[in-house]
Amino acid sequence: MGSYAVKRLIQAIFLLKLVMVVVFLLLHMTGDPVTVMLETDATLEDIAEMKKLMGFDQPLWVQYWRFFKNALQGNFGDSIEHGEPAMGLVLERLPATIEMALGAFMFAVVIGIPFGCLAAFKEGSLYDRGCVGITVLIQAIPDFWLAIMLIMFFSVFLGMLPSFGRGGWQHFIMPAFAASTYHLARLARLMRSQMLEVMRQDYIVTARAKGLDEKIILMVHALKNSAIPIVTVLGLDLGILLGGTVIIEVVFAWPGVGRLVIQAISSRDFPVVQSAVFLMASGFVLINLTVDLVYAYLDPRISYK
Amino acid sequence: MTEETMLGQAAIETEDHGDTVRDKRAWRKLMDSLLKDKSAFFGVVILFFVVVTAILAPVLAPFSPHEQLLSRNLRPPMWSDGQSIFILGTDHLGRDFLSRLIYGTRISLIVGFFAVFLTGSFGLLVGLISGYFGGKVDFFLMRLVDLVLSFPFILLALATIAIVGPSLTVLILVMSMRIWVIYARVVRGEVLSLREQEFVQAARSIGGSHIRIIFYHILPNVLPPVIIIASLYLGRMIIIEAGLSFLGLGVPPPTPTWGGLLSDGKVHLYTAWWVVTFPGVAITLTVLGANLVGDWLRNVLDPRLKSM
Repeated sequence: MGSYAVKRLIQAIFLLKLVMVVVFLLLHMTGDPVTVMLETDATLEDIAEMKKLMGFDQPLWVQYWRFFKNALQGNFGDSIEHGEPAMGLVLERLPATIEMALGAFMFAVVIGIPFGCLAAFKEGSLYDRGCVGITVLIQAIPDFWLAIMLIMFFSVFLGMLPSFGRGGWQHFIMPAFAASTYHLARLARLMRSQMLEVMRQDYIVTARAKGLDEKIILMVHALKNSAIPIVTVLGLDLGILLGGTVIIEVVFAWPGVGRLVIQAISSRDFPVVQSAVFLMASGFVLINLTVDLVYAYLDPRISYK
Repeated sequence: MTEETMLGQAAIETEDHGDTVRDKRAWRKLMDSLLKDKSAFFGVVILFFVVVTAILAPVLAPFSPHEQLLSRNLRPPMWSDGQSIFILGTDHLGRDFLSRLIYGTRISLIVGFFAVFLTGSFGLLVGLISGYFGGKVDFFLMRLVDLVLSFPFILLALATIAIVGPSLTVLILVMSMRIWVIYARVVRGEVLSLREQEFVQAARSIGGSHIRIIFYHILPNVLPPVIIIASLYLGRMIIIEAGLSFLGLGVPPPTPTWGGLLSDGKVHLYTAWWVVTFPGVAITLTVLGANLVGDWLRNVLDPRLKSM
């Protein structure tokens, strides 16, 4: 376990370095970063001045080294739009994004797992078939369209919930639910198929044969053994939610990182875009690392490979 | 008699025509399972209608999708006011909504199919090379896979499109950046076990070249999972395309796209329910069709991939 953890940690650090290279190259993709950052009607003097200001007139590896040194200190330059440090702006918006991601995650876990378990437990019943049908349908619905439909129903028709912004639980419930649906449905389906798989194993048959209560079999024997693949998916889901609720944030005007990025993109504020991509990618790498370590803890066979 | 022995006998009985008989049998088995599986049949029917709609868009659309007339903007659907000539009403610029919806089918399908094809072929190639050659090549390619997986896809896609500028080609390429990894991983896993099998060893021992072994012996055996992933991800691709168009980073206007229609309609949410409802229904139905077909193909071809 110890050596495995060290190995994974080294891998994660290596990945973070690569992430930095990609974030650095992002601006150099079209060849000339200045034309990307400036408006199309910029004069030649503007371009020359910008080049000098940002150090784009120096060799690429010098630029990268400076970028790397600054990035290690969390410095990705100042926002062109606001004049403040770009990373600061992103960090300011981070709590809102985390709040929504955790909310969506919670919805997915609290609804998805019990529904999936129950469906497996009552395999073939009307409830089971209903569950499967609903999850298949939910997976086909684009979350941002569901968000619009929720607004139309709860805000426009019923006038019950606010349609945009961040505040109390009333503001939070629709965006979090909309962001969770895809993950919720996938989790329920996965939970169901995992449980069905486990329920066919010999040790469950043995437990039944020795007359154990069905509830104990389900809770103690089946649930624990179907946990491993679920943990992986949960980790992945959390990572995706943290980095991918952009559209939901836009629909609900939720003041998170995703919406900031969209605004930064439209105002060509690339230091902000770089900071956000870097921060989210690092978070993603760390979550994956944690998931792998938890996984190795749950299933000791993994670290021996 | 099991299916395999039946197939085997059929192959022996017909000698030279063994392959065609086997193909026919497999095809019939597939068709039989399709007719038995109601939801899969439903999925195929939906996809068929969507594809036909995309191809016949100019014939089916009652009006031009671009013709604007501000005096008739945001008319409700035909059945709700009884006098409108526009079946699904009009949008904020007075364009016929049904025609725009019909033409929107084209972009969704083009992007969906191309992205799936591109990711499938690239991922397949990477998986084959990585799994077959192993060693340093494998290590390098799998770290590349880890790198791609460690990026928050949507943010990177947004940044890339913002820098390069939105167009149909850029959209397809950006959407393909991430998904090929899934094919690569699954294919690599399959190849790892295949390359130790006797038929591959045999091919190697009689001096078969790497290219011949990879494409002639291994490739046919890894195609089923690739087809399954492709069909399961078609729906995802259509949703991602709609999402990017919704954010204004898809195929630029005035080309009608489902995501673009939703984005235009969002502002009129309070007054015109139809402009935000129908595009979503269209996306959902298409994705549902694709997913049902994907589930069915997986169940028939390779039930092991249940967790996909």
